[in-house]
Amino acid sequence: MTEIALDLSEDLSVLRRARRQRLQDTAFRTATLLFAVLVLMILGGVAVALIDGALPALRAFGVGFVATEVWNPVTEQFGALAPIYGTLVTSAIAMAVGIPVSFGIAIFITEMCPTWLKRPLGIAIELLAGIPSIIYGIWGLFVFAPFMQSTVQPFLIGTLGQLPILEDFFMGPPYGIGILTAGLILGIMVLPFITSITRDVFETVPPMVRESAYGLGATTWEVVWNVVLPYTRTGVVGGVMLGLGRALGETMAVTFVIGNAHRISSSILAPGTTISASIANEFTEAVGDVYTSALVAMGLILFLITFAVLTAAKIMLLRLQRKAGA
Amino acid sequence: MNAIYLRRKAVNRVALTLALGAAGFGLFWLVAILWTLLYNGLSAINLDLFTQNTPPPGGQGGLLNAIFGSVVMTSVATLVGTPIGIMAGTYLAEFGRGAKLAEVVRFINDILLSAPSIMVGLFVYEVVVMRMGHFSAWAGALALAVIVIPVVVRTTEDMLKLVPNSLREAAAALGAPQWKVITMVAYRAARNGIITGVLLAVARISGETAPLLFTALNNQFWSADMNAPMANLPVVIFQYAMSPYEDWRQLAWGGALLITVTILMLNIGARLLAGLGTTRK
Amino acid sequence: MTTTHIDPTGTSGNNRGMVLSGAVSAGAVSAGMAANRAGTGLTEKISVRNLDFYYDGYRALKDISLPLYDRQVTAFIGPSGCGKSTLLRILNRMYDLYPKQKATGEVLLDGNNILSPKQDLNLLRARVGMVFQKPTPFPMSIYDNIAFGVKLYEKLSKSEMNDRVEFSLRRAALWDEVKDKLRQNGMSLSGGQQQRLCIARAIAVKPSVLLLDEPTSALDPISTAKCEELVDELRSDYCIAIVTHNMQQAARVSNFTAFMYLGELIEFGDTETIFTNPSREKTSEYITGRFG
Repeated sequence: MTEIALDLSEDLSVLRRARRQRLQDTAFRTATLLFAVLVLMILGGVAVALIDGALPALRAFGVGFVATEVWNPVTEQFGALAPIYGTLVTSAIAMAVGIPVSFGIAIFITEMCPTWLKRPLGIAIELLAGIPSIIYGIWGLFVFAPFMQSTVQPFLIGTLGQLPILEDFFMGPPYGIGILTAGLILGIMVLPFITSITRDVFETVPPMVRESAYGLGATTWEVVWNVVLPYTRTGVVGGVMLGLGRALGETMAVTFVIGNAHRISSSILAPGTTISASIANEFTEAVGDVYTSALVAMGLILFLITFAVLTAAKIMLLRLQRKAGA
Repeated sequence: MNAIYLRRKAVNRVALTLALGAAGFGLFWLVAILWTLLYNGLSAINLDLFTQNTPPPGGQGGLLNAIFGSVVMTSVATLVGTPIGIMAGTYLAEFGRGAKLAEVVRFINDILLSAPSIMVGLFVYEVVVMRMGHFSAWAGALALAVIVIPVVVRTTEDMLKLVPNSLREAAAALGAPQWKVITMVAYRAARNGIITGVLLAVARISGETAPLLFTALNNQFWSADMNAPMANLPVVIFQYAMSPYEDWRQLAWGGALLITVTILMLNIGARLLAGLGTTRK
Repeated sequence: MTTTHIDPTGTSGNNRGMVLSGAVSAGAVSAGMAANRAGTGLTEKISVRNLDFYYDGYRALKDISLPLYDRQVTAFIGPSGCGKSTLLRILNRMYDLYPKQKATGEVLLDGNNILSPKQDLNLLRARVGMVFQKPTPFPMSIYDNIAFGVKLYEKLSKSEMNDRVEFSLRRAALWDEVKDKLRQNGMSLSGGQQQRLCIARAIAVKPSVLLLDEPTSALDPISTAKCEELVDELRSDYCIAIVTHNMQQAARVSNFTAFMYLGELIEFGDTETIFTNPSREKTSEYITGRFG
């Protein structure tokens, strides 16, 4: 006997239940919407907090803030030029080192690697990407910087530092720490990150496209250079820019070895500072509203730079996704 | 043989050798770092590390209060950030398909995902520390939560989108209201993936220093007071490594090793779990 | 029976009991067919009247009208893309889950138009069960799979629930195979067993209508045969509509057949007549395999 369980024509409670369900659905949907909006508000909050904290300094120094090198807590004169310079130069060095090496590893994994090695290597790279930057920092301080001081920097001073134009970039006593060291460590740190993105992007190339190139007798390098890279160009650039965004904002890998000197020198062997390193090193000891505000103002500048870079990266990656999906 | 072909072969060989060299070069440094970490860190691992608090300059001690603080703040951050992240991710996956708001949220979320963590520290400083008038573990946990949220949002959305629509339809066909379709069927199907996302988020915040620098600060002594500065591994490592004291530097290496091992375990655990999710078809 | 009816479909209105006695529904159904059924005691459970369906502006179903009789199996046949699955999914308003899909016309379930915007969808779907083409067990134990639907609308004690689970699994011819492993995950069953689990799940909530959307197309021949036996047994208690690609299956299993082509209902009638002596040329062309 199969009497219908829901004798709905008789049961008022079933209707009530139905109405309750509709309310529950609306409540749930609204709750998820609110939390989603919360995400937006967090970013908004960051922007507002930074602007708010930066106002005193901006009011005191105006636009010249970004063009002044002076950094004097005593006279309360602050200028962000040195940190901005340091941020840009260390990131540039990091990219100069990181991009070719990452590409090399990505090419190795996708085109040259024996099959049994592919997965372990890929996993290893991703695990390495998870190592926190402070590890790179202390390694840099205790191992790499002394190495730079004792070996690499004297070498550079002795060779490139003797050439007519380059000598400006490679002069000065071999401190070990400094812009170059910080840039190199940053490069090593960004390596796994860019590698895994590049590798993922390379693997979106349909096997048939690759195979048709090989089928014509192209060498591995020719396939990579003429087929894979152009096909994935947008994605690769996007990945690189994500790496750049990371490098620009990186604090701990850099703070230990940058030297914390608020000055700009032409030599990359000299100490300097980056925005995040300055904030990290000086914030808790900053006395006075203007000092603190100057640091926050630099944070705001960093925020704007990284926001721009990350937005550009995102757009590029979206374009690649659309292309891959098409 | 054909001269063109020979040249091409040569170019190929050079390029691939460079690629191989680059791979070796990059991997060499990464392995070197791990090796140094192991070498220096292991010698710092002893019972004292886990039983003593952080010592005054030049003294002997351990990292007990720092470990405790890290665990506490990480846990609070995860407890706060995960539900927020899951709910927001649910919106993006279940209700937001095609909606303009969802696209904006997704975009902003990805920006937050890669944003410099020192920004988060400044943000929480302005909003919480200055309001409260002092540093606190709450502020530190909150800063970490802000880092957790985008990670969980992203993985939740991705995992929910992998759940086939036919499963949702089957539940709806039984008369289930939408919220039950999501919570009792979709969540269950995506469960492994979502947990993986949470594990990855925890791994990420375990090593973050910058957000804690001016929120939770540090505390030389044992403290379980959430309203006061609390010791934590990353900031301790930061301070001790930069110091001139040998004992402190030793502790810094030990702490670094602890953090790295924890993060590796979490990452490997997340991978294993993700693997389980896909094989149970 | 109380005099004040509360509408089962949640709309306000009077309950128009339907016994088809010569009432003719407009459309492509031949009047002769309907007259034949006068006085045979068949109850029209669902009446589709002038149904149009649009996918994002494209008219996928054109002016469909047909009856679905209680305790009878009605099969929907036709070539791919003719709209039979679309029609089925209107009967439990499954299309409502997706934007840009809409239906106009009337679909009466026990006299109430389920296309009305006031229709409570969840209640409707609790009364009209559906089994899909691919087996879709929930990621939970076999027991919980069945209990899920029941718990939505009924409060049963532990022993009552056990009984209901056993009842459903027995009727789905699955009980003997799974009675010792009710706590195992539903996804660990074979394809044929999973589909029977889905049928059991649909039966467990005691619907009055069962919609089967190509339920055996993903199954091996033995499971298919078992499923067809099942449909045969279930006929005595439910109004069943089955969409099938397999004409022989339609002929084996159904009492009435609707042949559809390009979104239109070409012919509707009792199965024997449709297959041996169809009145429309298109129907006989499809049946004899001239196209499809």
